[in-house]
Amino acid sequence: MKQPIITTLLAGLAGLGMALGAATAHATPEQDRQEFIKYYTAKYPNIKVENYIYGALAFDPDSKAQYDAIMEFPPFESDIEKGRKMWEAPFKNGKTYASCFPNDGKQIAGNYPLFDDVKSKVVTLQDAINDCRTANGEEAFKLSDMKTMGTLTAYMRTLSNGMIMNVKVETPKAVAAYEDGKKTFFSRKGQLNFACASCHVQNAGNRLRSEVISPAVGQAVHWPVFRGGDNLVTLQQRYDGCFKQVRAVSPPQGGETMNNLEYFHSALSNGLPMKASVFRK
Amino acid sequence: MAEPMRIRATMTGDIADVKVLMNHPMETGQRKDAKTGQLVPAHFIQEVTATINGVTVLSASLGSGISKNPYLGFKVKGPKVGDKVVVNWTDSKGDKNTAEAAIG
Amino acid sequence: MNALRRNVLKGAVGAGTVAMAVAAGLLKPTQAMADWNAAAFDAKNVGDAMKGLGISAPVDSKDIIIKAPDIAENGAVVPVEVTSNIAGTTSIAIIAEKNGTPLVGDFTLSGGTLGFVSTRIKMGQTSLVRAVVKAGGKSYTAAKEVKVTIGGCGG
Repeated sequence: MKQPIITTLLAGLAGLGMALGAATAHATPEQDRQEFIKYYTAKYPNIKVENYIYGALAFDPDSKAQYDAIMEFPPFESDIEKGRKMWEAPFKNGKTYASCFPNDGKQIAGNYPLFDDVKSKVVTLQDAINDCRTANGEEAFKLSDMKTMGTLTAYMRTLSNGMIMNVKVETPKAVAAYEDGKKTFFSRKGQLNFACASCHVQNAGNRLRSEVISPAVGQAVHWPVFRGGDNLVTLQQRYDGCFKQVRAVSPPQGGETMNNLEYFHSALSNGLPMKASVFRK
Repeated sequence: MAEPMRIRATMTGDIADVKVLMNHPMETGQRKDAKTGQLVPAHFIQEVTATINGVTVLSASLGSGISKNPYLGFKVKGPKVGDKVVVNWTDSKGDKNTAEAAIG
Repeated sequence: MNALRRNVLKGAVGAGTVAMAVAAGLLKPTQAMADWNAAAFDAKNVGDAMKGLGISAPVDSKDIIIKAPDIAENGAVVPVEVTSNIAGTTSIAIIAEKNGTPLVGDFTLSGGTLGFVSTRIKMGQTSLVRAVVKAGGKSYTAAKEVKVTIGGCGG
């Protein structure tokens, strides 16, 4: 029987080039996504795919109950409120963020990251926010600054709550960027020599350092998060954390590697509803 | 100064379900400031009172062991839709905050 | 007109206003929480906390239900709900036994309020979370263990 793509990719983590070439030469992002889902649902048939948006919480009712209790009236509501004030405040030239985005910035986050054919690179929602700032005479925010970019996205992304993730990978250059992100995901890195897949594919649902590991499908829809109810973390900030936790040098946020990774990683969650600014431990 | 507290009050049958989210750092006095290395002094809400149509329904004393941005939920039998819930708090520095909401 | 007086007269809101006004002699320094039971809240063990609350030998009761996690996701914010089905409940106290100062909150209920309180507490380590209920002049208690882990992968 033909080996599933994922198994081949995992087996070939060390020889990634060969594995990818052999198994996924003709796989589309949508086929990849289906392969991932097949892999996870075979391992955990009792967990519904729609609950993958809860990550580790889907595996543990005790954790999910705490999430539900806290999300009923989140302690970080006032932080989101700060983000709302940032979003609504006009630039020095009188224009607002809403004017840079279709539909006033509502129900659009699921379209990001996207591949910008003119710039010939992946553009994330945060890149688009910074483009809006610079186009209106303001300085770009530092992506790793939770007080500025973090807080703004903590609000702005809630405007897309409920939107179905809808990342498009259509042109050959877009596919190349997607494949670069997939390569990062499956490459071993750091002193611990783990790939993202080592934990989030091979060990999804298992415990590592007392924590249940979440599957890669469903991860990208629920950012930013407020860890412990008050520690704001954006998605690329989390990637940064993961790199450091396997003791690898972390690539810069907003750079090609991180953006391509977010492109691939978000496409894996296509079809799932988004919810920004949620509680995590 | 602290941001306004949020009150949600709804009737389920003859019971008013009141949920309050207060905005406060609730410092225990044990936390070290990341930048200075100094202990951040204790600063937390100590007293919370809630009234419905002027009648006291809850009088709470809190310690610094209550989480940051304190949440309180309680239930009262007897009020009606439209009755006014008023919540007041005072903290260890003497700062106060008040908010009100109509039961929906 | 001096800035301090102008600010106080304008009712400028800010944490500094009360302190400023006190310092300027415009307000008598309030005894910040005459009612706050420092003896109970500053107590460093369960016994002293109970003494501070005026409670001795509370009876174990199955009519007190504590809803709290088995394992806390984050010890800084542990949701705890206490339901007391004991008739005439007048107060519920929540104690995290191994906290440096175990008494976390004391909730006095009146005017038709049910024996129920929901809040979120900090826990420094695995510990019993204890509820003490006063009803009809007597006191009752129940406890549930909540585990707190340290470490993990959260970035």
